[in-house]
Amino acid sequence: MKHYTYLAAMGFTFIGSIWLEVFLKVSVLKRIRRVLLTIFPVGIAFVLWDRFAITQGHWRFDNAQVLPLNRIWGLPLEEYLFFIFVPLAAILTIEAVRKVNGHWKVGDER
Amino acid sequence: MSYTFMTSLVLVFAILWDLAIVRTRLLGRRVFWAGYAIVLAFQLLINGWLTYNNVFLYDESAILGVRVFYQPVEDLAFGFSLVLTVQSMWVFLGRRGIRN
Repeated sequence: MKHYTYLAAMGFTFIGSIWLEVFLKVSVLKRIRRVLLTIFPVGIAFVLWDRFAITQGHWRFDNAQVLPLNRIWGLPLEEYLFFIFVPLAAILTIEAVRKVNGHWKVGDER
Repeated sequence: MSYTFMTSLVLVFAILWDLAIVRTRLLGRRVFWAGYAIVLAFQLLINGWLTYNNVFLYDESAILGVRVFYQPVEDLAFGFSLVLTVQSMWVFLGRRGIRN
């Protein structure tokens, strides 16, 4: 079970945010092109930064608490999920706040 | 180069990105801070739990040693930067007409 620690945290991040799409109807996933164009460039930039920090030895992962798979370009699979699910949660959150507070300007209003 | 320095760099970049590069100016908007408060609560919980369980093993000489809910304060700066950059990119694209 220990191997699932980091994966479980990513699952919790996903479940904890995706309900906004389902129940609050923030319509983020319906705007999938905009989602991908946001997550890909930012995700790649942050993965490069992340990998550099790891190669510098600033931290390492406990092998017992990540999936027993080969590293992908030096990073566990969960780390890539992090850079997908956390940005997705950030988008879902700002759209949820907009939905609840309709008069608060975000900056992309027509 | 310490983790402290690297997170400082990324924090400065994220702020410049929002205020000066794409000029979404989320830092001046209530919507951002309300959203960040929610994200921060979850980060303290989830990253705190991972750090408490030592999923991430930090080199103590690369960090300040200031911890909030078990996680290095550098992690908080990193999370803030990631969220700001992502949301700023999202708003920037929307403003440029990429809406779906």
